[in-house]
Amino acid sequence: MTSSNWHFDTEKSLVESHGLKLDEFEKIVEGLGREPNLTELGIFSAMWNEHCSYKSSKYWLKKLPTSGERVIQGPGENAGVIDIDDGDVAVFKMESHNHPSFLEPYQGAATGVGGILRDVFTMGARPVANMNALRFGDPNHPKTKHLVSGVVGGIGGYGNCIGIPTVGGEVNFHPSYNGNILVNAMTVGIAKKDKIFYSAAAGIGNPVVYVGSKTGRDGIHGATMASAEFDDDSEEKKPTVQVGDPFTEKLLLEACLELMKEDAIIAIQDMGAAGLTSSSIEMASKGNVGIDINLSKVPMRAANMTAYELMLSESQERMLMVIQPKKEELARSIFKKWDLEFEVIGEVTDTKKLILHMDGEEQASIPINILVEDAPEYQRDYIVNDPSPLISFESKDFEDKEILSDLLKMISHPNLCSRKWIWEQYDHMVMADTVVRPGSDAAVVRVHGTNKGIAISTDCSPTYCRHNSYEGGKHAVVENWRNIVASGAEPIAITDCMNFGNPEKPEIMGQFVECIRGMGDACSKLNYPVISGNVSLYNETNGEGIYPTPAIGGVGLIRDLSNTMTIDLKNEGNVLYLIGESNNHLGNSHYLSIIQSREDGGTPSINLDDELKNGKFILDCIAKKLLKSVHDVGEGGVLVAIAEMCISGKQGIKIDITKDFLHGFFFGEDQARYLVEVSQNKLEQLEVDASKSAVKIERIGEIGGTSISINSIGEVELSSLIDHHTKWFNEF
Amino acid sequence: MKTHVIVFPGSNCDRDVAVAIQNIIGSSPEMVWHKDSTINQSDLIVVPGGFSYGDYLRCGAMASTSPIMKSVIENANKGVPVMGICNGFQILIESGLLQGALMRNSSLSFICRDIIIKPTNTKTIFTNKSTISKMPIAHNEGNYFANSNQIKEIEDNDQIAFQYCDENGDINAHSNPNGSINNIAGVFNKSKNVLGMMPHPERAAESIHGCDDGRNIFESLLS
Repeated sequence: MTSSNWHFDTEKSLVESHGLKLDEFEKIVEGLGREPNLTELGIFSAMWNEHCSYKSSKYWLKKLPTSGERVIQGPGENAGVIDIDDGDVAVFKMESHNHPSFLEPYQGAATGVGGILRDVFTMGARPVANMNALRFGDPNHPKTKHLVSGVVGGIGGYGNCIGIPTVGGEVNFHPSYNGNILVNAMTVGIAKKDKIFYSAAAGIGNPVVYVGSKTGRDGIHGATMASAEFDDDSEEKKPTVQVGDPFTEKLLLEACLELMKEDAIIAIQDMGAAGLTSSSIEMASKGNVGIDINLSKVPMRAANMTAYELMLSESQERMLMVIQPKKEELARSIFKKWDLEFEVIGEVTDTKKLILHMDGEEQASIPINILVEDAPEYQRDYIVNDPSPLISFESKDFEDKEILSDLLKMISHPNLCSRKWIWEQYDHMVMADTVVRPGSDAAVVRVHGTNKGIAISTDCSPTYCRHNSYEGGKHAVVENWRNIVASGAEPIAITDCMNFGNPEKPEIMGQFVECIRGMGDACSKLNYPVISGNVSLYNETNGEGIYPTPAIGGVGLIRDLSNTMTIDLKNEGNVLYLIGESNNHLGNSHYLSIIQSREDGGTPSINLDDELKNGKFILDCIAKKLLKSVHDVGEGGVLVAIAEMCISGKQGIKIDITKDFLHGFFFGEDQARYLVEVSQNKLEQLEVDASKSAVKIERIGEIGGTSISINSIGEVELSSLIDHHTKWFNEF
Repeated sequence: MKTHVIVFPGSNCDRDVAVAIQNIIGSSPEMVWHKDSTINQSDLIVVPGGFSYGDYLRCGAMASTSPIMKSVIENANKGVPVMGICNGFQILIESGLLQGALMRNSSLSFICRDIIIKPTNTKTIFTNKSTISKMPIAHNEGNYFANSNQIKEIEDNDQIAFQYCDENGDINAHSNPNGSINNIAGVFNKSKNVLGMMPHPERAAESIHGCDDGRNIFESLLS
């Protein structure tokens, strides 16, 4: 934008400070037939920023598979919906709150949880589980400890108070997040299939109702802030972070669910990013109607708030509804019972415009289609970098006798150690339906009052994505799918949180495009559609982007909870088997990074046919009651997975195997593999079934004793494993 | 048995305890909204866990002045069994039905995990079936404190209900999750018809919870 071609009355700097480009401003003027006033400029800025408009990502997101037999609602609503039989549905979504959490970790994370909870109960679902995917910088970076404590505190503070269990998640550390942590929060709710609520406004003349907390000046331009890079002055952006009040959200949740039992709500939309602006516009756009709002009626927390501030505030715990006029008094009485604001602030119109009045004067008049359909959409330039080359490692470069000491170092590392310190700060049992607590492959929550459950997991390996975005994208999906399978559930659908750097840089856009392509291929092959999600771009500080991080949140169904699987070894005398092919892939493994401080060697390639075959085999064995415990072989490889099973079950194991390349076998991160525990009387059937299904299985050893012993290598006591596994966070 | 569960704004274990009562005692409780003012006839009143009034000001402080609490206190004084779990324990303390105070956990962080408790007095309506039991805690302010005179008094009157212990029943510093004085996890009033406890028996009430030791408290009430 050069000053020479600036020919508008509106100050150029004002437009720039709203994050709008010259051509975008020209588009506004063309659409309106005039220049916008300040309030209108603010509205366009809020709607057209990356966070709300998906302008860089929309084109590519459309390539993901989003439909399936069980999909009732795909992307585009507050959350996705899947059928889980018997008239029940699961409603879920994951969303990022990265930028605010870096500035103010406690409130940033807390309001992230609050926001995603609202997305789910807006749809008519009672939230039953919270999950998260967190990424922090180098464990030794001076800010890391403060950020971890704050984020964990904020997630717990919000979830514990509102009384929704936080049942699991994932946490990783890498220097690429030093200046830009990731906080992705996911909520799963349960509703009845015939009681799902949507956001399309309808019924000309129907009242538009504001409920929840009052509107203050907090979080103004939060979404715009989340659509820009950070620099050294980012601390100054702290006032754009909102403050959460989980108590009010609990009241809002109960009031909304109570009202939803009545035939009163026509449309409902939570006020999340860009507050009243995006909620009113989305409702009008989806219903192909207009909305008139009298801003003087909006409940205000501060005096003398302007139209601009009211439209852009991101005060938390608020909802916008269109209700049946005849039910207005009933609705008012429910919200009054819960001590919440209830105000009719406008009405649905046939103008297809958003028209705002305040103190009797018109403040804005914008055709909805200009804001939504005409919103900018970019096909940004991209470059796909060559994947990092694969390195083939050889036995002679490793000392077999170091295997067990390497194992101890690995399980003490922040990226592989126990997360108990974190999950004990989350109430993971409230609602009394938690079947599998944090620490297994997937959390399992019972559908209240039934004998079925849903399994939930969140996953991503950014290092894989950084070194081969296509295979990394595939990996994120299959890792998640495997975790769901390992819990005994049929994987049904996923939500995604696409965390990337600045999309205006072609190599970042290339990462995005390739990750999407990989995810799409995996989702298609596994019949694991994407039903909701969120994109967080501009995760950069001083020009340094984060590693590409497409976090996946997956949900599966366990029809009979007696088939639920966990990772803890159950009984002495049982035998542990490895399912799947091992090819000693040490490239970009945790072994290389932790023991050799190397980040190279390439991303393992994912064979989707093997994934599908082996996963189906596992589910089949579970249904036949052949297995006692199951663990996906993921980060750290076979021996780390064995150690986790031993630690969880407080059981030892005698490993008896012969391999030419022990480090490759024990620490390689080949895909499509599981460890399974089998009782002696089922061994034969397992082996026969595996051979019929052409699935590779290998006997690892027999469970028992108080140590992990490996023939010809030595042994390490369980107590030592536990000490090493818990040490880092215990000393936090 | 006619049972009542009080619901405050911010209660979040009200449904969980209602399910446990339904499953174990065999009849579903009446859910009583905090703005209601009377409970006429009851065989058990439960003040459930949660974050009543967001735990703003001080845990349990605002709920203790809510309209329904007058009736809870009257019933308690008449000998009706009253049980406060977690936030309910905090409310009963704030309302004066139980002695002592619940401070922030010594770790200064929220703790959610299984602990083991040992009944100290098994001759009460709540504990006549109690043994060493495993059940979860989930709280930020469960660090029980009473001054030395009060401790002497509640000890002399057999008012300690439960103490945190290890798997062998040994009461020691290692088995104390939150810094509570003398490992106290729950206390009675003088007449033993009011119980306050931090652990959640309703979350250890069926096999799917991984442990059902919490049932014995509800079963005690039946006998």
